[in-house]
Amino acid sequence: MKFYEFEAKQLLRKHGIPLVRGEVAETAKAAKKIAAEIDGPVILKAQVIAPGLTATSVREASDPAEAKAAAAELLEIDDGGRKPKGVLVEARPSGPTYSLSFTYDGTAKLPVIAGSDLAGKIDDIGDEHPNRIVRRHFSALFPFSDYIAKELVRSMGFGGGDLNRMTRIVSGLARLFLKYDLADLDITSLVKLDDGSFVLRDVEADLEIEARHRQRPMLDELGFAKDDLRQVREPTEFELEGARIDAEDPRGIISPIAEFDGNIGLVIGAGGGSLTLTDAVRKHGGRPANYAAIGGNPSVDKARRLTKLVLSKPGVDKVAVMSNVVSNTRADLVARGVIKAIVEMGYEPADKILIFRVPGAWEADAAKILKKYGIEYCDRTVSISEAARRAVEKAG
Amino acid sequence: MGMFIRVDVDNSIVAKTPGLAEKLVEVCPVKIFALGKKAGAVAVVEENVDECTLCDLCMQACPQGIRVIKLYE
Repeated sequence: MKFYEFEAKQLLRKHGIPLVRGEVAETAKAAKKIAAEIDGPVILKAQVIAPGLTATSVREASDPAEAKAAAAELLEIDDGGRKPKGVLVEARPSGPTYSLSFTYDGTAKLPVIAGSDLAGKIDDIGDEHPNRIVRRHFSALFPFSDYIAKELVRSMGFGGGDLNRMTRIVSGLARLFLKYDLADLDITSLVKLDDGSFVLRDVEADLEIEARHRQRPMLDELGFAKDDLRQVREPTEFELEGARIDAEDPRGIISPIAEFDGNIGLVIGAGGGSLTLTDAVRKHGGRPANYAAIGGNPSVDKARRLTKLVLSKPGVDKVAVMSNVVSNTRADLVARGVIKAIVEMGYEPADKILIFRVPGAWEADAAKILKKYGIEYCDRTVSISEAARRAVEKAG
Repeated sequence: MGMFIRVDVDNSIVAKTPGLAEKLVEVCPVKIFALGKKAGAVAVVEENVDECTLCDLCMQACPQGIRVIKLYE
């Protein structure tokens, strides 16, 4: 769940992390006032979430009048069907600039800090200048040690007073990263000022979405609405109906659900399997009509309603029911729900199901149910990639 | 009628044991049973029958009076 930059900075400021001077403005007039208070060149950043807006959402202004005009334009940007959540107006100090990034290393299964003596996104720097990045892993279980930060900062080339000042910043950020269950915290520019101090200029932060309940007090403090999942665009009717189906029955989950413009309906799931399956369908040339992770042992009715929703989407003629190996979701209950939906819609299940691959709990019963309706059951001997290939081939 | 499951109830047996109807309503995790109109009897809630998880708790509570049948076997 992406934070607007002003929210991320609000959180950092609260914990004593030094930031450039600035405020968020909701109107062009307010932007002018903030720019006048800063009394110097400013940068204006539209507070947006939708991807691909980086180039159009930032403007520089040399005086308050220019800031007002720029803010008026920025406030009209289309942020995936929404207006920007204001414009962040900030001073633009110059000086040697660095970058830091906190994230999880999936291979090491540990949080990691990366630092560079270049400004920008660490991933981009890594592509072009891999030798200009240093990394240190740390523990998500034990309290963060300043020693790790000091090691990283030293290997970035800092010494003396700079070493101590930067160590304090890196340690503070690492502790915030852990405390608030952030998935990513990127400081894409951190500037050393003339007086020797450091300030964070550009910040991006993402909260691990599964932590949103645990982090409710922090989110409340920042003004996040309870249903605000920070999607990159406004939800479609299809997605809203999917969310309703999920909310109305506590048994299992069918979340998250997203609508695409393809023709292959997907009822997919199992701990990351749904992402893999969607990618596999695409890899084999298929066009998914939706993403709908089903799991946590959904009721027959939930599987039924989801299948009906997917099959009633315009342009969708068939559905692929696939998952990774599941121990906590009963394959037979999913089979009942999917078949029941198709029969209730007046179709033959064998004509509508491209593939049924839900290996795991109660799969023997699932196989019997499917056999009765003339559908082949694929067990775990059929790989995810092969199941996706068969579905794409059958969809035509 | 369920598409996948059928639940047969012999209320003449259920009614013989005081409290058994209430017990059947209580044990079913997916609310397949409701109290019947006659005292001591249970009714089957047809719209919930396909939700049956085959847990057998109802048959354990009343082995002689309840049968759960998989229609796909």
